[in-house]
Amino acid sequence: MSAFLSSNVEIVITVVKIALLLFIVLTVDAYLTWFERKVVAHIQSRWGPHRVGPHGLLQPLADGLKFLFKEDPTPAGVDKFVYYLAPLLALALALTSIAIIPFGPEPIRLFGHDIYLGIAPLDLNIGILALFAITALGVYGVALAGWSSNNKYSLFGGLRSSAQMISYELALTMSVVGVLLMAGSFNLRDIINAQAHRPERGIFGWNVWPQILGFFCFFVAAIAETNRAPFDLPEAEQELVGGFHTEYASFKFAMFFIAEYTSMITVSCLCSIMFFGGWLSPFPVSWTFTHYLPSVVLTPFGLWVILDGLRYETIFGRLILPVVGTAIAALGAIFVMFPAVNEFIQGPFWLLSKIFVFLFVYVWMRGTLPRFRYDQLMAFGWKLLLPLSIVNVIVTSFVILKWGAK
Amino acid sequence: MTAQLAVFFVLGALAVIGAISLILQRHPIHSALSLIVVMVALAGLYLLMGAELVAAVQIIVYGGAIMVLFVFVIMLLNAGVEEHTSISKLAGAPGLLLVVALAGFIAASIARSTGTVQAAVQTGALAPTKDISNMLFREFVYPFELTSFLILVAILGATVLAQREKS
Repeated sequence: MSAFLSSNVEIVITVVKIALLLFIVLTVDAYLTWFERKVVAHIQSRWGPHRVGPHGLLQPLADGLKFLFKEDPTPAGVDKFVYYLAPLLALALALTSIAIIPFGPEPIRLFGHDIYLGIAPLDLNIGILALFAITALGVYGVALAGWSSNNKYSLFGGLRSSAQMISYELALTMSVVGVLLMAGSFNLRDIINAQAHRPERGIFGWNVWPQILGFFCFFVAAIAETNRAPFDLPEAEQELVGGFHTEYASFKFAMFFIAEYTSMITVSCLCSIMFFGGWLSPFPVSWTFTHYLPSVVLTPFGLWVILDGLRYETIFGRLILPVVGTAIAALGAIFVMFPAVNEFIQGPFWLLSKIFVFLFVYVWMRGTLPRFRYDQLMAFGWKLLLPLSIVNVIVTSFVILKWGAK
Repeated sequence: MTAQLAVFFVLGALAVIGAISLILQRHPIHSALSLIVVMVALAGLYLLMGAELVAAVQIIVYGGAIMVLFVFVIMLLNAGVEEHTSISKLAGAPGLLLVVALAGFIAASIARSTGTVQAAVQTGALAPTKDISNMLFREFVYPFELTSFLILVAILGATVLAQREKS
């Protein structure tokens, strides 16, 4: 066993990383549903889930169990093979795309091996292209689900989704070209490092300032690609029952949802990496006191969770919330006590904060914006986003030719 | 090397099975799906040879854009199961001849060019992204631009044909 371990250590590390990342992503997906319901509820002056567990925190667990134990009928007249393939395809592709994302600059040294955060190899030179390749295949999950269900509403959902994804993929890809030109590389790590070429500038060195047009096009097109509101025409309830997943029940239905939330996470990662400096701190490098920010955020939050748990009525709330709060506060304390750990945590802390902000914007937009009409959607994609992103490419190339990339 | 060889055989088998199933499937969507399998398997083969860019472009352009349009059109027309006719003898005999000729041609070209093929398979021999772009936009810029012009003309033609007649 040990001989096998030592000779295939790279493979073992990668498998462990994949298992860990899968666990984290699926948990985050589950709690993203809770987060979304809570935020949308508060936008609409409601409470949202609050019955299952303290603050409704066990709601995702209850939902997951419900999905697992529900009856899973296969409607008559479906194309069996494609009907079963579609949710699998959607979920598998969405989860694969997370593997490309690098989560931190520095490796952890464990048992004499440098372990980088992120699954893809460091020198994955096609980084962003690999991501686009996976997204390009992601259309099939939705399109095939709509077609194989033998239901005209599902078919309309599938048709709408493929038309929408084809239209917005152009703008999505073109809007990134400006960033790629500035970085001179497809590699996501290179793209982040290119934004750090003037460390004293902090937040003002990020790509979002020179590429504000590109960021606008990218974010809008990415929301459309993930079929989220206000671009969720493939599942418009008022018109299409449930859209492409009308005929899916039980865990097959859940798989579409997990896929959707995972793509939200991927898009948020991409936005932070390409336009908002990835793991770079928004403060100038010389401001070392900002390194204590993770502790300053975590410790009070942990203490608040403990206090909140103590005044909770149920025994479960009194038990579980203080435990979670203590863990969070302890994490904050550990960062202060061990400078090496604190140094290591900076990159992931900033990247995760940015991802969280983008996830919030996603939910915020869903809570506030009405859905587009279909012709508006097409006109917006083809007549506004695509020309804008092309203009962005031309202007960026001209500026780089004239004054250089820096 | 053995792991690479194993992956090569798996991908190769996938491509061949996909291609055969493309012809044998009765439903257009199943045929289109088989074709996607072929495209993705080919991309995997490119990746195995170290041609990352070509692999990514293969999936983005063929696996993504073109095949999505295929599937879209099949879904839009709601095409049903095809009726297969028995193979006519007239088409069978020359067809068999052509198959043998094509196989012989491919075998001959592989046998002749072992040297260059071997050189191309060496990792690092395949051009990185920068070299490919240099070739496309410097050395072969006129053929490249002419091709894009040709595609533009085709798009314009399609738009004119698809336009509703003004009454």
